[in-house]
Amino acid sequence: MESTAHAFKANVDHALADPNLQDSLAKLKVGFSERRRQAAERLPEFEALRDRARDIKNHTLAHLDFYLEEFERKVIALGGHVHWAPTAADARRIIAELCQSVNARTVAKSKSMVAEEIALNDHLEALGIAPIETDLGEYIIQLRHEPPSHIIAPAVHLTKDQVADTFLEHHAKLGFDKRLTERNDLVAEARHVLRQKFLDADVGLTGANFLVAETGSSMLVTNEGNADLSNTLPRMHIVLASIEKVIPTLEDAAVLLRVLARSATGQESSAYTTLNTGPKRPGDLDGPDQYHVVLLDNGRSSVLGTEMQDILRCIRCGACMNHCPVYGAVGGHAYGWVYPGPMGAVLTPQLVGVEEASNLPNASTFCGRCESVCPVRIPLPKLMRHWREREFEKHLTPKAVRQGLALWSFAARRPALYRRLTGIANRVLALFGRADGRYGALPLASGWTRFRDFPAPQAGGTFHARWAKRKA
Amino acid sequence: MPSTRPRRVALFVTCLVDLFRPSVGFAAVKLLEEAGCTVEVPSVQTCCGQPAYNTGDRATTRAIAAQVIDAFEGYDAVVAPSGSCGGMLSHHYPGLFDDDPALKARAENLASRSHELISFLVDVLGVRNVSARYDGSVTYHDSCSGLRELGVKAQPRNLLGSVQGLELREMKTPEVCCGFGGTFCVKYPEISNAMVGEKSADIAATGADTLLAGDLGCLMNMAGKLQREGSAVRVRHVAEVLADMGDLPAIGEPERG
Repeated sequence: MESTAHAFKANVDHALADPNLQDSLAKLKVGFSERRRQAAERLPEFEALRDRARDIKNHTLAHLDFYLEEFERKVIALGGHVHWAPTAADARRIIAELCQSVNARTVAKSKSMVAEEIALNDHLEALGIAPIETDLGEYIIQLRHEPPSHIIAPAVHLTKDQVADTFLEHHAKLGFDKRLTERNDLVAEARHVLRQKFLDADVGLTGANFLVAETGSSMLVTNEGNADLSNTLPRMHIVLASIEKVIPTLEDAAVLLRVLARSATGQESSAYTTLNTGPKRPGDLDGPDQYHVVLLDNGRSSVLGTEMQDILRCIRCGACMNHCPVYGAVGGHAYGWVYPGPMGAVLTPQLVGVEEASNLPNASTFCGRCESVCPVRIPLPKLMRHWREREFEKHLTPKAVRQGLALWSFAARRPALYRRLTGIANRVLALFGRADGRYGALPLASGWTRFRDFPAPQAGGTFHARWAKRKA
Repeated sequence: MPSTRPRRVALFVTCLVDLFRPSVGFAAVKLLEEAGCTVEVPSVQTCCGQPAYNTGDRATTRAIAAQVIDAFEGYDAVVAPSGSCGGMLSHHYPGLFDDDPALKARAENLASRSHELISFLVDVLGVRNVSARYDGSVTYHDSCSGLRELGVKAQPRNLLGSVQGLELREMKTPEVCCGFGGTFCVKYPEISNAMVGEKSADIAATGADTLLAGDLGCLMNMAGKLQREGSAVRVRHVAEVLADMGDLPAIGEPERG
């Protein structure tokens, strides 16, 4: 998808003024974090599992080439195919060629953030191949021509009423001409509409939560079972996954699954956990004739061995955004691209360029709540700070900020000068603020005083001035 | 009480306390002295360097950190009335000097001696109660760095429990950021405002008449928002109440007399 990360500030204004979005976010903020907290509390070894999950991913990243090749060998031995896609364009081309090789008219898609990353739907549509999103949230936003606003809850920005209107608009022509108001009725209607599309699809395309090197399996978790229909009914199953999804063993997958659902939704386990291990074998009742895995790099290998490597541990649970007060205020669309929230603020500059996404790693208070809930302990604030350092080195930091910082640092490195300046500032601010105790407006501080009063300093001089007097 | 407890303590005043609310510094001195410490205030200190650090200006951060390391050498402990600045000294300084083993060793030494005030009183000095009175109901905001980097959570509440006349009323989400974030609040004022707006609603819902926290930046942000909204909630640094200095004009209130 086209990035609007450069327009972050305008996106923010838009988000803050959207009452439907603000309603939805108010629910999300309480729901996800409370459920995760309870799930973590119910599992005494949860913190130890987070350590193990981190270690598994670190080990894999340290030997990524080995495990990817191992995975490829296993898939080939099973009768499947592995396609290496260095860039998004390569992945689009490979998938389009595979679809065309079976004259596909429709592709049933299970939710895949990597497919969003490579803007696969637009590409397939341009070639006359219809992608059908089968995850309920993805289906809703596909009807509305919107990008996902959350990596596990793509339509979380919408209210139930908005979904009802969208369904009425698009399903009336299919005979569903009654506006529904109950959540279960909406789900039932979507299920009905989607069922025929599964049966019609020529190709099933899924993402992968994990690729298991020892067995050549791709592993998927969903709560709707849509992935299972996407990968068993059509003749061809294409798995699209980025290279850091590989892990060594099923044993490792078991550890990661135990932290994934708990961190994401507070479930002990997702409703469906599916392993796809090659195409249909002789004697199998169902399954695809062809099984393809497209492995996308798209800049990830260049992160290996750098100070940003920790972001490749991410297992896409969404806990960081569920707990992020900035995401909670503005939602996912404000981030302007595929991956929102703290993990997006680290990953997006890598994938679309720091010039385009320079705001994202800056739009954080470094409150650290994301790191405190990350199931693989990614130090997200630290990585965002590294991006700020790179921006500073590249002179991308706004000029006013740089100049202000330069003045301040000149003084902060000269304690005697600093004392004189703070003495003056204290006296002036205290004098004029004395009557009210605070300022409603202050020159050069409109960013503060537009929304808040600015407290005046206590009279009587700075701490250091008063301390010196006390000692004298 | 352990016999090795630190006696000679250096106060890291913090730039905001120095400029805006010296009473927090004096409250810290009082609490430390009452706990048996000798308090000194090295005069060459300015700021811990976070504005530069969080803007990505590593060179300036290192220069300021080196200055702080020099100024605070030799004390048994370095104590800041702030989790944010305390965390900067104790968690972030060593990582600035990965390419300079000598300075890194000194930074690590400083880090091991650096503390946030309230956790220092409780966890290191073993203070269990204070002699203070505050007639009112208070709610306590957990500032992010103190909470998540330094584990400051129970300590202030325990000491507040010994303040006569004080009733603690918890917020629904005392651990959620108030939206200050240093330069964040002026770089992204709209987001910051949305965050502090939620915080002020949470504060109001407690019915408490006073808001306390351990970091002046967060306090100024929340006080500014509460006062802009016309709230009567008074905002103070927790050290002031613990040091029995709760009768001073609150943050953003006019001086009396």
